[in-house]
Amino acid sequence: MRMECFLTDNARRLGGKTALVAGGRRLTYAELDALSDRLAAGLAACGVRRDDRVLVFADNSWEAAVAIYAALKAGAAFSPINPSTKADKLAYIVGNCRPAAIVTQARLAAVAAEARAIAGAEGMTIVSTEARGGAAPDGTVSFSRLLATDAAPPAHGGIDVDLGMLIYTSGSTGRPKGVMMTHRNMDAASHSITTLLENREDDVIVSVLPLAFNYGLYQLLMAIRVGATLVLEKSFAFPQAVFERMREEGATGFPLVPTMSAMMLQMRDLAPGFLPSLRYITNTAATLPPTHIAQLRALFPQAKIYSMYGLTECKRCTCLPPEELDRRPGSVGIAIPNTEVFVVDDEGRPAAAGTAGELVVRGPHVMQGYWGDPEATAQALRPGFHPWEKVLYTGDLFRADEDGFLYFIARKDDIIKTRGEKVAPREVEAVLHAHPGIADAVVFGVADAILGHAVAAMVVAADPALTERDVIRHCAARLEDYMVPKSVEFRAELPKTDTGKVSRRLAAETVEPAQ
Amino acid sequence: MERGSSEMIDTIRDSVRDFIVENFLFGDAAHAPADDESLIENDIVDSTGILELVAFIEESFGFSVADADIVPANLDTLDRIAAFVAGRTSAAAA
Repeated sequence: MRMECFLTDNARRLGGKTALVAGGRRLTYAELDALSDRLAAGLAACGVRRDDRVLVFADNSWEAAVAIYAALKAGAAFSPINPSTKADKLAYIVGNCRPAAIVTQARLAAVAAEARAIAGAEGMTIVSTEARGGAAPDGTVSFSRLLATDAAPPAHGGIDVDLGMLIYTSGSTGRPKGVMMTHRNMDAASHSITTLLENREDDVIVSVLPLAFNYGLYQLLMAIRVGATLVLEKSFAFPQAVFERMREEGATGFPLVPTMSAMMLQMRDLAPGFLPSLRYITNTAATLPPTHIAQLRALFPQAKIYSMYGLTECKRCTCLPPEELDRRPGSVGIAIPNTEVFVVDDEGRPAAAGTAGELVVRGPHVMQGYWGDPEATAQALRPGFHPWEKVLYTGDLFRADEDGFLYFIARKDDIIKTRGEKVAPREVEAVLHAHPGIADAVVFGVADAILGHAVAAMVVAADPALTERDVIRHCAARLEDYMVPKSVEFRAELPKTDTGKVSRRLAAETVEPAQ
Repeated sequence: MERGSSEMIDTIRDSVRDFIVENFLFGDAAHAPADDESLIENDIVDSTGILELVAFIEESFGFSVADADIVPANLDTLDRIAAFVAGRTSAAAA
């Protein structure tokens, strides 16, 4: 089934029910359906056709949710872009997937325009919301004007094996890769997870996770699929404000990343049972430390805690049944429904219990490959157990216990996981090397109580006056927020292996002694 | 609640602005937020940044910020932070 059909069907069935609460606006299923219909017609009028790409470059907002469904209703694939993405990176993405349009907000329209100019993509329409009390920025098409389009969405003829989403993820080469997901992939993933969580129409899911982040995006896709209500918050900066909203709305579902539970651990005045309506909590992106699990249990005694693991290339692969949490607190569980996972050795053969190996995923949720990158695709999607299939090599090292429960060990490459997001050291190093005052640089992760791992840089300065602050500011102007190094150390030379290669591992060990 | 004098509020606001410029904008004063500009909406301070801001306030102004006070009404703009801190410090001094 195509993903927009869940919205259309539920609008028919549950028209007056609240679908989305965001940015001070409440939208019923009928309203979300009608708004996305009109924006789809507006996008079609701007030249968006079946199989085109539409970037959605915005904060968590009702406009972003409308844009996602509008792109699908226009027959296009949407691509959610982190709102802290800078022009150079956005230009790379624009050049990579050649979108027909980008839907953004007034605050970010200048970044979109700059990216369009750098990429030489004059044909890309920029649709922007209005600045507060003003007009849409110059050179953009007004979002509200398109919402006023008096026409039905185009009869695009698309089916569910068409591309529905292109979602960019960090690549170890330092260049982001566009993960291709068909409607059928997203249908399979969202069906599997909503089955597992026993999601229902009366669920109220409160999400602070960005829509540009797979985990955040699926909160929308899953809520709309089951006819539930999604409350989108822009961030977890003010946990009390989020909790207040959860109380008001009677939240039943709360998706977390460990950074959020770490922030909750620092709060002093939370009373156990303060959110009695909460039915479940999910965690993914990194394993919850046992102290976090204990605190979540104490705070939300009635809520089930689902510890999950996934990667953009298949959305989600495993989940620990809540009743196993005490017995196997460090485990991310077993394969989600209608999927399989295996730990394999270097030859691709199943590894014995307790032995580390790469996790391989098989199922209808596995991506179609990386946009325009057959080499990286061949690396990730390899021949499976049958001659007719490909399976996903995750690049993550796991081990399984005797009962088949899985434990994450480490990445096979140097990717850093910080705040639940993946950061490729090479991407940060490329930005550092572009600074005229830097002769050489290496980037690595160091353990951090809040972030999981913090991005750290070690630099050889060509300019003796260079300061840590200069380096961080240079990075902040060019990288998404979560990629900016938290610390910079200056050295006369970088740590190298015996063969003379700069070593991220040795650099990390000089900062953080190996355990 | 008693509010501090306008002079006191100015001093607090300047010191918080300096902290934000130094720690979140890495010294780039040209992009310092306007006094009534949302720190969150404009991506000046992120989720974990608020914790650093609260730690700074506690250390600099000598009072403990309760969880319930870490809300946008108190901390989302320079003006609100200055009023909040002034209210707390003058209440403590009274």
